Amino acid sequence: MTTLLELHNIKVQAEKTTILEVDELTVNNSEVLVLLGPNGAGKSTLLQVAAGLKKPTSGKVYFSNQQNLSDLEFRRKVSTVFQSPLLLNDTVENNIASGLKFRGLHKKEINQKVQYWMDQLHILPIAKRQAKVLSGGEAQRVSLARAFCLETKLMLMDEPFSALDNPTRQGLLDDLRTILMRTNQTCIYVTHDLEEALSVGDRVAVLLNGKIHQVSQTQEVFSHPSNPEVAAFMGVDNIIPGNVFGLDNNLLQIQADHTIFEAVGDIAIGTQVYICLRPEDITLFNDDQILKPSSARNHVSCQITQIINQGPFMRVQLKSGFSLTALVTSRSVKEMGLEVGKTVLAVFKASAIHLISSGKIQ
Amino acid sequence: MQNLLDGILKAFELLFKGDPEVVRITLLSLEVSGLATLISLIFGLPIGTFLALVKFPTRRFWISLINTGMALPPVVVGLVVCIFLWRNGPLGFMHLIYTPTAIVIAQVLIAFPMAAGLTLSSLQQLDPKLRIQLLGLGASKIQMVIILWKEAKLPLIAALIAAFGSVISEVGASMMVGGNLLGSTRVLTTAIVLETSKGLFASAIALSIILLLIAFLVNLVLTSIQQRRH
Repeated sequence: MTTLLELHNIKVQAEKTTILEVDELTVNNSEVLVLLGPNGAGKSTLLQVAAGLKKPTSGKVYFSNQQNLSDLEFRRKVSTVFQSPLLLNDTVENNIASGLKFRGLHKKEINQKVQYWMDQLHILPIAKRQAKVLSGGEAQRVSLARAFCLETKLMLMDEPFSALDNPTRQGLLDDLRTILMRTNQTCIYVTHDLEEALSVGDRVAVLLNGKIHQVSQTQEVFSHPSNPEVAAFMGVDNIIPGNVFGLDNNLLQIQADHTIFEAVGDIAIGTQVYICLRPEDITLFNDDQILKPSSARNHVSCQITQIINQGPFMRVQLKSGFSLTALVTSRSVKEMGLEVGKTVLAVFKASAIHLISSGKIQ
Repeated sequence: MQNLLDGILKAFELLFKGDPEVVRITLLSLEVSGLATLISLIFGLPIGTFLALVKFPTRRFWISLINTGMALPPVVVGLVVCIFLWRNGPLGFMHLIYTPTAIVIAQVLIAFPMAAGLTLSSLQQLDPKLRIQLLGLGASKIQMVIILWKEAKLPLIAALIAAFGSVISEVGASMMVGGNLLGSTRVLTTAIVLETSKGLFASAIALSIILLLIAFLVNLVLTSIQQRRH
């Protein structure tokens, strides 16, 4: 896969505080790279640096095949969509044409492209409408059409749908995914939403506190976070420090507090690790229940400390020397008579555990 | 009451008869204040834009200066311009005192801070992210500024109305630097002061009606441009 854009040794400082520090980041042709991170992690700053809209305090950003572009030439190879559509006080079609007009294209060509992209984004019927009377979803469709019609090498999207209600957001995400796939458009997509990252991204770069912690294929980031911070952000609620002390039946034996865990992995004995376990991978049983034989190797007796209602699911907080969180259906909670103070058995497979090495050997 | 009625009758008489002196005074007022507004805009629009968009160390100082300038009393401006243009003053060699040019200079000093200050605040009212979005769509810096002006069209035209209104209606500076010379530097406001001081209320009212009419017509044109499509 060929590289389109490269960022090297980027540092952005604001009032002598470093808000972004990225040693290296590359964007490949035809991929959607998701910049994922919580609010204030520096995602938007990184996006603006990549778009040539913000000068980094130090470091270089360039297109792999064209390194000596002027600021304007660079910016014209990129199109941007922001969270707020920021439309001009004009009609829908004139808004979409604005970027093409900046580039001095012929009127006929502008009209052709504008019509095509309005059709692609299903906004032809509102072409003559004034931008200020549009709904949030319509306005963001206009903003997308305005960016796509520029047909730039690289498209940058900064949380484009985060201000929209869920059904509108899903509709736009579906259309965006379809267009991105059909056009092979290279895109950097900024979001703090894990679902969005999963649904649009080919690769994910996790940005925490101004630093990139992991860049991997999307599924890889979710299933194998590289450190406890990434794991926590990825929704791995259970991160328990432990120590690998043995190997039995090809399963690593890990001690955490007074509990022995069995996990799949390739880590040297004596290594300090973090046991990462997603709450949805834990099954709860009443402690007097007779368990059927299963492949689940880990059984931990715990006491329920809190039950939080999350609609169809309940988040059950458990205590057993360390804290555990399990995600259980509301029906199971009712059927099993789960309540605070009750003792239950938390059961999970050895393969459900993802181990992160701390790098320290005991 | 009689004075008022006489004045109104005299005003219509002067208006319809096209009294040459009244026509001359009216045209000079329009010419001087129109030119002063135009010059103020030529300098005020870019300077106000620069102050709104570019951050530099002494920016706050210049913004405070412009804001203070918006409240400058015309007589103070008149005094300063007088001192500079006076025969023995630093610019006395230009022989501009008591000429229409001197009035234009004074009125530019009154209208310029207004044009710059109101441009500045008009552009600052826009979403600052709009600039980033425009650059992100490939606009050059100049294209970006033009779009920002279009987006701030309403308050910018309000600035133009305010600038013209402030100079067409001021009297202190015009009187001091122009001297209110018949056939040369007499404008509507200075003529009104003179006629009133002579007790010729009818003429003063007539000239006032003309002044109000001009202000109204200019504002009508500008407002119709401003409110188009709104």
